[in-house]
Amino acid sequence: MPSDPLQLSAVEIVAAVRSGDLTATACTEAFLDRIARTNGTLNAFLCVDREGALARAADIDARRRAGRPLGPLAGLPVGVKDALCTADLPTTCASKMLAGYRPPYDAEVVARLRRADAVIVGKTNMDEFAMGGSNENSAFGPVANPWDTSRAPGGSSGGSAACVAADMAPVAIGSDTGGSIRQPAGLCGITGLKPTYGRVSRRGLVAFASSLDQIGPMARSAADCALTLEAIAGHDPGDSTSLTDAVPDYSRMLDKPLTGLRIGRVPEHFAAGLDPEVARGVEEAFAVFRELGATVHDVRLPHAHHGIPTYYLIAPCEASSNLARYDGAHYGYRAEPGGGHRAEPGGGHRAADGRDADATAAFESPLVEMYCRSRAEGFGPEVKRRIMLGTYALSAGYYDAYYAKALRVRRLIRQDYLDAFESVDLIGGPVSATAAFPLGEKTGDPLAMYLVDMYTVTANLAGVGGISFPCGFTAGGLPIGFQLQGPALAESLLLNATDRFQSLTDWHRRRPPLAV
Amino acid sequence: MAAAPSPADVASPGSFTTIIGLEVHVQLQTATKLFCGCPTTFGAPPNTQVCPTCLGLPGSLPVMNRHAFDLAVRAALALECTIAPFTKWDRKNYFYPDLPKGYQISQFDLPFSSDGFLEVVDPKGAFSRRVGIIRVHLEEDAGKSMHDEAAGTADSRIDLNRAGTPLCEIVTQPDLRSPQEARAWLNELKLLLVYLGVSDCNMQEGSLRVDANVNLHIPRPDGSVAKTPIVEIKNMNSFRSVERALAYEAARQWEEWQATGRELGSAPKQTRGWDDPAGVTRGQRHKEESSDYRYFPEPDLVPVRVSADDLARARAAMGVPPAGLRHMLAERWSISAYDADVLVNQGRDLVAYFEELAGLVGEGKVASNWMQQDVLRTLNERGGTIDAFPVRPPALADIIGRIAAGDFDTSRGREIFAEVLASGRTVADVVSSLGIAAVDDDALDVLCRELVAANPKIVADVQGGKEQAAAGLIGQAKKKNPNVNPGKVRAKCLEIIRGL
Repeated sequence: MPSDPLQLSAVEIVAAVRSGDLTATACTEAFLDRIARTNGTLNAFLCVDREGALARAADIDARRRAGRPLGPLAGLPVGVKDALCTADLPTTCASKMLAGYRPPYDAEVVARLRRADAVIVGKTNMDEFAMGGSNENSAFGPVANPWDTSRAPGGSSGGSAACVAADMAPVAIGSDTGGSIRQPAGLCGITGLKPTYGRVSRRGLVAFASSLDQIGPMARSAADCALTLEAIAGHDPGDSTSLTDAVPDYSRMLDKPLTGLRIGRVPEHFAAGLDPEVARGVEEAFAVFRELGATVHDVRLPHAHHGIPTYYLIAPCEASSNLARYDGAHYGYRAEPGGGHRAEPGGGHRAADGRDADATAAFESPLVEMYCRSRAEGFGPEVKRRIMLGTYALSAGYYDAYYAKALRVRRLIRQDYLDAFESVDLIGGPVSATAAFPLGEKTGDPLAMYLVDMYTVTANLAGVGGISFPCGFTAGGLPIGFQLQGPALAESLLLNATDRFQSLTDWHRRRPPLAV
Repeated sequence: MAAAPSPADVASPGSFTTIIGLEVHVQLQTATKLFCGCPTTFGAPPNTQVCPTCLGLPGSLPVMNRHAFDLAVRAALALECTIAPFTKWDRKNYFYPDLPKGYQISQFDLPFSSDGFLEVVDPKGAFSRRVGIIRVHLEEDAGKSMHDEAAGTADSRIDLNRAGTPLCEIVTQPDLRSPQEARAWLNELKLLLVYLGVSDCNMQEGSLRVDANVNLHIPRPDGSVAKTPIVEIKNMNSFRSVERALAYEAARQWEEWQATGRELGSAPKQTRGWDDPAGVTRGQRHKEESSDYRYFPEPDLVPVRVSADDLARARAAMGVPPAGLRHMLAERWSISAYDADVLVNQGRDLVAYFEELAGLVGEGKVASNWMQQDVLRTLNERGGTIDAFPVRPPALADIIGRIAAGDFDTSRGREIFAEVLASGRTVADVVSSLGIAAVDDDALDVLCRELVAANPKIVADVQGGKEQAAAGLIGQAKKKNPNVNPGKVRAKCLEIIRGL
């Protein structure tokens, strides 16, 4: 076993801490030092809790020395996406609106991590309110991809993906509304699992689109994801949508042979738009699965091509409602009175004659001015765009044409999956059409940015699970991601298949040549 | 658009029908809120009964309070509604400073119940009205804005203690035809809900709020009917206010129609606020009128299923509703519908008291008279509830029984009642301490002979055919012995006089 904790898997760290070969303190220090050296380059963490993490590690070490019981993640450093509430650390959702906001409670997943004796080292960067596919929508600056710092890590859990890829933490927690775990995992060359909707409690996850949001683990391997998922999954009476099914022992089922496993391949995934290098990597991954005893069959997801428009109606509709609470009055960013009004054009509150000299005069009252300006100044452009899209689509006269129709298509997409899983056990394919793209490439073109989720959104719409992991590299040295999707509650099988793939390949062991 | 009516078209004053529908919000009597575990106690210091969920903090999630749902089902069943086997929650999106999430969790297109009715019958027979219930649904309450305009600061303060409190919204068909009916119907609804244990319906504490929709149907000479624009009245703080506001509004619409001839459909529905001290409704500048709530299914909650077992349990918890109880009492105890109404309207505990009393006395009418003339009057004077009333049914039955046995008369019985009430002593104790003892026949005979002998004038009058003159003897007998039974004295004296 290498002595450098940074080189250990999560499974190895937990075992070493338990056996006493490694102290939680030494492990935590190693990762904190790594964060200190690399975060300036990557901007993966919005906040690092050195003191809290070391205190936690010291406590775990003391308990181990005293022979007291330790949790299943004892001593494991974890980065947590800044969309999850932490009572001892700010929770900002990478938005100016929540800059410095400190929730009075821990998210259920954070509480479970703590109970499992994980060591939360900090909060990871993300697209503002999880809206985006490149991490460039963060109010606190983009994250750089560790494989090429001029490129985006993907999003919205870009900080979580980058921190694992760059060895700043062996495990990170992400959230996935339309691909926000799987796509950045794919672009950063790590393993990321979006569980079945309801498998992991959403309580304390700052809501983007409640019917689609799901929290999941991001790590270097399926085995590490399995270990983490065991700790965070399970019924939470505080989340009405959380599933009551028992949590299987994912780790024990990892090495089951794949003989006879039927993997579906969707021909439409290989249509125009898919980068040839990515296509080749994905086809090679299918070959690996065949080598493992699986069979590959063409399946149809006839409505999958409606996924993006459907998603970009349902998610903004829910977001427009979920984000209505940020009014500057109770918590979060508040615009001071008398400042220049910076509402976007068309915001409806501009003085009729266009004069800005007396901005307040354009408002009904100072209170209304505070509300309007707090939202105008606190939210970034993508968040505003989605609030407006959602508000529009839910409005009287448009509801049936947009939201109601999107719900009907969503049911068809769900049915597609049910039908497909009649004939195959899992569905494989690309995570995203290209490898990591340059920072700034899509920021001026929201529609192009929306398309980065085209292979991932359907799993969220159907509520099923998906996992993404590296299956090769481009000639330029960028990771290529492979995605497996399964029926509801097939996390065991997704992790098992990925682990078997990783037993035959070493793409997931590659480390970025990061200059720091 | 209809032209202004010519004088010939205008019906004579007062010849219109008032059409009234009500929207009632009732706070359910639960210990905790609808979607979190915070208490619902009234009057706590501001913002002390709150948690991340009812404050709408980021990441918080609602979890339905099943007890609240069960109470609402109980109410809907008592309102004869159909209960949906499958119901869901919706978000009603609107911005208001005391609505912390920016939306209210409510029910839109699939309310848990619909299509019921509640009948109100005037005990004096003035009207009898079966009012259709369009729907009953559940929703969470908002917080409270308190506008402090003292010292010119015009500060507004928000108290979120009430945010998330369970509310039942009951929407009626426009079936009521007068302000009096509306008030009587509200009284009946309140009585029902209190009987069910669903709500305390305390308007002062905001447990019951009423909005009313009203317009007039005015028959024209040609047989057609003119309908005035519907007005929604808000801010009514008592059932009396509802009655007054509706009466005012009906008169106002009549005048307005005569002046303008404006009919339904010519203008959007108007909202007017009731100004109680001034006794008028005033038009409100109401943005919500054109508001679009952008309802959509609440993704944070799962749909609710109601099984046959759930319904059976709700029915079992209902008990007999007031209307049924009125019939039952009238029949079981042979009392008038009016008497049964008076008793039932006082609430379930008083009915229980009455039934215990009537059972002990073995007769309903006497028990009912004592309830109305003595128990209720005393309760009204003293305040307090029937539960805490010091004279319990066995004691009162004891008094009534002694009167029936001829131990003493009713007015003497009242004195004993008052003394038991004041002292808390037993009836027997009071009877003996007041020196009340049955007067035996021999003693009565002696007393009456003395009186006849001492009053020749009265005797002569009686013999002359004026039997009522015997009353003078009764007064004297009571002076000599307060325990005598006046009826017996009279009978005995007449008997003696006839035998002279």
